Amino acid sequence: MIETTKVLPRVLEARAVTKTYRSTQAVDGVDLDISPGELVGLLGPNGAGKSTFVKIACGLVRPSTGSLSVCQAPAGSVSARRSIGYLAELFRFPPWLRADEVMALHQRLSGSDGGAEERMRLLDRVGLAGVSTRRIDAMSKGMQQRLGLAQSLIGDPRLLLLDEPTSALDPAGRRLVRELLIELRNAGVSVLLNSHLLTEIEPICDRVLILVKGKVLASGSPAEMTAGDGVEIETEAGLRIFPGVSKQEVPALVSKLIAEGRSIYSVTPGRQTLEQIYLDAVKGEMG
Amino acid sequence: MSSVLQMVGETFREATRRKIFLIVPVMSLAFIAIYALGNYYAFRDSSGIIASVDRQALAGATLVGLSMFVSLFLGSALGIFLSFSLVRGDAEVGTLQQLVVRPLARRGVLIGRFLGASLVCTSYVMIMYGISVLVTGLMGQWWPKPLLAPGITLASGVNVVIALTLLGSCFFTALSNGIIMFMIYGAALLAGLLAQLGNALNSTGLETTARVVSRLLPFEALYQAALDELTAGTTGFARVIVQLGPLGGAEPGGAGLNLYVVAYVAAVLWIAVRLFERRDL
Repeated sequence: MIETTKVLPRVLEARAVTKTYRSTQAVDGVDLDISPGELVGLLGPNGAGKSTFVKIACGLVRPSTGSLSVCQAPAGSVSARRSIGYLAELFRFPPWLRADEVMALHQRLSGSDGGAEERMRLLDRVGLAGVSTRRIDAMSKGMQQRLGLAQSLIGDPRLLLLDEPTSALDPAGRRLVRELLIELRNAGVSVLLNSHLLTEIEPICDRVLILVKGKVLASGSPAEMTAGDGVEIETEAGLRIFPGVSKQEVPALVSKLIAEGRSIYSVTPGRQTLEQIYLDAVKGEMG
Repeated sequence: MSSVLQMVGETFREATRRKIFLIVPVMSLAFIAIYALGNYYAFRDSSGIIASVDRQALAGATLVGLSMFVSLFLGSALGIFLSFSLVRGDAEVGTLQQLVVRPLARRGVLIGRFLGASLVCTSYVMIMYGISVLVTGLMGQWWPKPLLAPGITLASGVNVVIALTLLGSCFFTALSNGIIMFMIYGAALLAGLLAQLGNALNSTGLETTARVVSRLLPFEALYQAALDELTAGTTGFARVIVQLGPLGGAEPGGAGLNLYVVAYVAAVLWIAVRLFERRDL
């Protein structure tokens, strides 16, 4: 019996994407693939090119060179735009509309036939079911951001592009977004998430890219990226760090400590935090 | 086509829902009240005019001409407010991006906004013209001949203003664009007054300058053509006085002007669409 592995087509494929604004290189040769159901975090300081890259994926900005496709269609094409949901970092809905009307407008624009059921389901999912008739100008910034998230989900997008989606949210709102993103990933939706909040990215993203001055400086899964060398061993004398110890050397080290009469309470691989990796990458590049 | 209709609908919704546009009916009602009062006194006191002049025609055409000036101004202001922020202004506050990432053509967004604003503002100017004619007709028993043509010509002027405003929105922020459009409107008005002065002084230089400006900004030429149509049924000395006009003289327009305006608006919109489609947001 021949076993075959079905390779799912990429939801996003970026090849050597660059964007230059006069003398500023906003994006510099970015390659990125996103698979179905993958949650990718984009990290970087202000001006790193994160938003520009997301805008290229949306078709709002044209790349200077390189190519980017969404669901096998060139970014910005009608076909590509049918597959995406987007929430900009800075956005404003018409203040004279009500929440439900914003949703209905985006349903019409995206060609969604979900009707009132879809609108209420999505508003309910972001905790706005009770304010569906409230005007935008009477909503707090946090409520508007929740509404923005709900509108980005209209029409069941295959790729969700979120630019700082929690910047105006309180801790409860941030947790809601995390839970929602995990739920979407489990449902096969791919997400490209821009955020400054490392604590938000680390626990939920399958993969992280650190972008500085338009270039990808580091990428990988949070576990891969934070895995450091060395080991931390807790004994009755306290926590001791043994840098430079490989995985294979750990049993010998533990045996040696026991032979020395130490009581071993815990052995954990040495790890770096994503924050430390991010700061090192940014510091190195920004000087 | 669907995106065009969507944007037409949204423009209507904006025109009826934005608080700033509440000022339009308030201002219009205030104007109509003053206009009715003006008609009352003008027709009551027109007996002082020399007997050889058609007093009703003189007072009636002058009053409707004044009303047309105000209607075009208010309609143009409405058009400017509906379209001044479409591209750069809406992009800066983040309204536009959420719309254009949807699967609709950018040209549809711009053309839809133009058509929506055009329908709102053309209807507004026609209604204002209709009310003015009705007030003057009922209070002074003077009716323009032809009845509708001046209103239609006048109302088409707002389309020029809207098209120029949409083009301006590709370059300027909302506030700058609004100010620039009102300044352009003022420049066209000045050109109309220069033409009047040139006519009175028999100055070809002034008249040529005014003609060039009215072709560059043809809503002024349409206003002058509408005034000419308004006085088409008036004869004698009254026609001469009325044609000089209180705020810019009457000038015949005709099919040539109409074709020119259609081509002008189409060209302005085409440039705006091209700029919008190429713009990074």
